Amino acid sequence: MSQFYTTTDHFVLAPALMLALFGCAILLFDFLLFPNPKDRKWLTMFLLAGEAFCGYGLWRQHSFLISNGIGEITAFQGSLTMDGFALFFNWIFLIATVVVAIVSYNYLEIEGEHHGEYYALILFAQCGMFFLAAGTDLVTLFIGLELMALCFYVMVGFLRGERRSNEAAMKYLLLGAFSSGFLAYGFSIMYGVSGSTKLSDVAAAFAARDPWDPMILLAVATTSVGLLFKISAAPFHMWAPDAYEGAPTTVTAYLSVASKAASFAFLLRIFMGPLSTSRPVWEPLLAAVAIATMTFGNLAAISQNNIKRLLAYSSISHAGYMLLGLIAGNRTGLNGVAVYVMVYTFMNLGAFLVVVAMRRKGIAGEDVDDLAGLMHKSPGYAMLMLVFLLSLAGIPPTAGFLGKYYIFLSLIETGHYTLAVIGTLYVAVAIYYYFRIVKSMFIPEQFEPAPLSTSLGLRLALGVTGALTLVIGIYPEPFLRMAQTSLMR
Amino acid sequence: MDVILFLAFATIAVVCGVNVVLQTHPISSAVSLIGVMGSLAVLYLLLGAEFIAAAQVIVYAGAIMVLFLFVIMLLNAGEETRRGRSRLVQFLGLPLLVTLLGLFSYLVLRLFPNASHVRFGAFQGGTPAKFGRVLFTEFLLPFEVTSVLILIAILGAIVLARKEIE
Repeated sequence: MSQFYTTTDHFVLAPALMLALFGCAILLFDFLLFPNPKDRKWLTMFLLAGEAFCGYGLWRQHSFLISNGIGEITAFQGSLTMDGFALFFNWIFLIATVVVAIVSYNYLEIEGEHHGEYYALILFAQCGMFFLAAGTDLVTLFIGLELMALCFYVMVGFLRGERRSNEAAMKYLLLGAFSSGFLAYGFSIMYGVSGSTKLSDVAAAFAARDPWDPMILLAVATTSVGLLFKISAAPFHMWAPDAYEGAPTTVTAYLSVASKAASFAFLLRIFMGPLSTSRPVWEPLLAAVAIATMTFGNLAAISQNNIKRLLAYSSISHAGYMLLGLIAGNRTGLNGVAVYVMVYTFMNLGAFLVVVAMRRKGIAGEDVDDLAGLMHKSPGYAMLMLVFLLSLAGIPPTAGFLGKYYIFLSLIETGHYTLAVIGTLYVAVAIYYYFRIVKSMFIPEQFEPAPLSTSLGLRLALGVTGALTLVIGIYPEPFLRMAQTSLMR
Repeated sequence: MDVILFLAFATIAVVCGVNVVLQTHPISSAVSLIGVMGSLAVLYLLLGAEFIAAAQVIVYAGAIMVLFLFVIMLLNAGEETRRGRSRLVQFLGLPLLVTLLGLFSYLVLRLFPNASHVRFGAFQGGTPAKFGRVLFTEFLLPFEVTSVLILIAILGAIVLARKEIE
């Protein structure tokens, strides 16, 4: 260990290092040890081993922070900071990755595109997310973002035989590259103003200036465009429905929760860090964006017949709700964003898992009508889907209610009554289109005789997400405490 | 001397940049882009960033643009076909562009009234040695993570473009 790579550096980097190492090892083993396609289930096991090592690293950091009573460990001369915030988001990424990995085997077999690279890409994407949540340096954050995005571009186009998948990957790549350009432009202005890439230095330089300084306005505008694209907020949401629909369903599930959670971690780091003193500039801007996002997401979802598209629009509207917490900006609001991201991860993953189960040999199972009669054929799946949809709509006693409750509470505490009213009205719209799916499930007839594609992994994943969605709703205390400690600074 | 060189190469860069858009044949556009890259390299050199200037020539003007040309030739891309433009673009395009540029120059002039910010030759940190030192100390982590990024790019190309052998 030289002076440029100290033990602290290693300690903080360990989880990401494990992910990258296991990713490389999967590529190698897929080629050397498992040339027979039937052996690919070992790759899932191997990925889980990697996640165990990553989780162990995170757990050691967690206990180190608690036992020493410190808020954060910085490493790499301020490039990485492991604090409660980064840990909280990294646990979310880890759970989402594990859930997606264990359901993918069966799905990719049915699609006929089962390749070992898929598992490596999942791990590398999670590695990028680690840097997005823990990075405190503009360059590190940007590279983390590209690391994650590049994996997703490839995974969205993983079904090479299908035109929708190719089209989705192409659109996502072009628009993603374009938005990264905006973000890089904003970062270059931040560097130009402060002369440093460390977030703390940028924050100090921005605080010394007037928030209406043209340079700061330009930095806020360009950075916001880049970040809002990544969380698919209106008017930068156009890519989401196409990418979500064309991608393999397991990738859609991963993209809609993990990528969004990581982008929100990134957004919070930037807006609560360097840009926190420019709040008068971006607060009205974000409020307009949040209203537009909820409007577009909810109204467009009403007329969708494809479930993946419908859930894509619903996930756009959820991004709008999460932004509301940032606009309120007080403790309750930020806490609400953290809780919302956590809850959204479980319920949205669950909803997409049911769609994964609908995909069988020769049946796409992507239309709302394809769910018809599900209640009578597989009541277990139908009940779980009902729980997820109730939660997405925000009805107690499910977890979704809790997320929305804290967001609205913070808006009322800070006097943003109009936003609270608009948000509540759109909940009613959301209930309408979620219940279209429910209605379809309870129709008694016309269900294809082919049984749902189940596997041990899928049942396990559905059980975990379903249980968490209910448990967080009914007994929220430990989860709320977790979210609260994540924001302790 | 510095100012003359700057003005000359800045003009070349802008003219080539406009030419990239105006040319209808992709090869001509790509060659103009090489002109932009080359003159940008000279501007970097004037500011004292030797390493960046060299990298600009080798990586952008050399490697990337050659790859561009290869791809264009392999795809056998022909002349651009002119599609019907909307009237709005025809009449408002140029005035809007001029307004935008005017606004930007006004902003720059107001922000930096006396051009004392740019001093040619005052910057000394652009040598490869100093550059490498910063890269391997302060920016060690992003530098190393970039290698994973490149690995994924290769992996992605293989995944999306391979042929099935089974």
